Amino acid sequence: MNAATPQQPGMLVGLLAITRRDLLLAWKRPGDVLNPLFFFAMVCTLFPLAVGPSAEQLTFSGPGVLWVAALLATLLSLNSLFLGDHEDGSLDQLLVSAQPLPVLVLGKTLAHWLTSGLPLVLISPVLALTYRMPGNVMGVLMLTLLLGSICLSLLGSIGAALTVGLNRGTALLSLLILPLAMPVLLLGANTVSLAAGNELYSTGVWALAAYAVAAISLAPYATAAALRISNE
Amino acid sequence: MWKWFHKLASPPHIYRLAAIFIPWLAIPGLMLIAYGAYAGLFVAPEDYQQGDAFRIIYVHVPSAYLSMMAYMFMAFGGAIGLIWRMKLAHAVGAAAAPIGAAFTFLALVTGSIWGRPMWGTWWEWGDPRLTSELILLFLYFGYMALRSSIDDTAKADKACAVLALVGVVNVVIVHYSVVWWSSLHQGQTLFKEGGPAMDKSMLYPLLAMILGFTLLFGALLARRIRTEVLYRERRTRWVREMILSPEGGK
Amino acid sequence: MDALEMGNYGIYVWSCFAITLAVIVISDVQARLRHKQVYRAIEVRIKALEERQ
Repeated sequence: MNAATPQQPGMLVGLLAITRRDLLLAWKRPGDVLNPLFFFAMVCTLFPLAVGPSAEQLTFSGPGVLWVAALLATLLSLNSLFLGDHEDGSLDQLLVSAQPLPVLVLGKTLAHWLTSGLPLVLISPVLALTYRMPGNVMGVLMLTLLLGSICLSLLGSIGAALTVGLNRGTALLSLLILPLAMPVLLLGANTVSLAAGNELYSTGVWALAAYAVAAISLAPYATAAALRISNE
Repeated sequence: MWKWFHKLASPPHIYRLAAIFIPWLAIPGLMLIAYGAYAGLFVAPEDYQQGDAFRIIYVHVPSAYLSMMAYMFMAFGGAIGLIWRMKLAHAVGAAAAPIGAAFTFLALVTGSIWGRPMWGTWWEWGDPRLTSELILLFLYFGYMALRSSIDDTAKADKACAVLALVGVVNVVIVHYSVVWWSSLHQGQTLFKEGGPAMDKSMLYPLLAMILGFTLLFGALLARRIRTEVLYRERRTRWVREMILSPEGGK
Repeated sequence: MDALEMGNYGIYVWSCFAITLAVIVISDVQARLRHKQVYRAIEVRIKALEERQ
């Protein structure tokens, strides 16, 4: 490499740059961040209203309800992952960038998770309290939501990339992601239920962790491929 | 040899070849099904545990097997189409989807009807196979929905190929997670088809049904591939000449 | 008749076979219809183009 060739920024720099950019953009659109959180809270409220407030029922159904609510809220939030960039043309810029697309996708998904998944994890104890969830179970809930939300953001990015720019893409996005999300939901909710029943729950946690690692390493490639296809 | 392969992959050849395949697949397939159904319904002895209800196996198992085979066609078709850019491979995937969805539906319905006398319920969430099969149905619907919402054929092909491949990984994961989940909630014993070891008089009709269904699947697929090819090639010269020629090209 | 009764399971067994038959037939018929539709549509278009020339 001679002196005339400028050094390309490394991948880590690229990753951090795009994450920072998306975080700044999210800061300017608090609605995108807050709406899914409110949705999460509302869904958690709907269940006791519908099936009655008996304490026993609440404790029993708590893990499942909280998990389903978190899943639905995440689905809702995934819309905005690529939409903004698609609308203002920055998506095209990302596609021709010198940085590898999977890295950029990972950065965007990371930013998205920081503004959707992580807040969900953080407010879940408050809602879990309303379901009379004991403290130790709450810890498991937060752990599974943490790992699970990472999986959901990554899997969801694949669906979002496939449907970006389609009319009525939202409904299709949900339809595409739900089968992918079901194992995550299964593992997450049932692990918390096991913890609530004082049974061994570590298998579920390890499985979720494995799923998260696999998602982090593989999903960005699928998402990148899908983005290229959607935008050619 | 590649020349033969390339000739094979040319659309007009496929269009004509598939037409020949259809009866050669359908007729043996139907004959095998006729034998299998007859033997399964009337000749095979009743099951030790389930009595005559076990005979549903003769339609349930082939349907379930084909629901997964069709998905493999979709996934492989998509992969070959993406990697080697063969449009025909994508057409195979598109053709397989509705057939696969139909067999998945059949597997679910026959499984549900089978469950009613066996478990006393029309649906059993605890059974891993029923639940995995239901998720497979959603995967098929997603695939077909995605295909119909993208207007450009080439784009739709590639997007669906990506979806099918992601789905394959998912099918494996779903299967294992549902098995784990149902083992947690074990209220019902996992249903074993026909008992541990099948008697020959029960097994042969089942094999015949599976083979017959597979041949029939091939025939159905060939028919749909023809339509796909015809539609995709509608503006080409060979289609034009074929339609204008006296025998047409139905 | 024993074949129809199937030891009280008759309705389950026969409905399964009937539904399977129905779905396969419907799938085939729908495929044929669709093929005809596609063919006709292309034929109409091509014949119209021919006339213009």
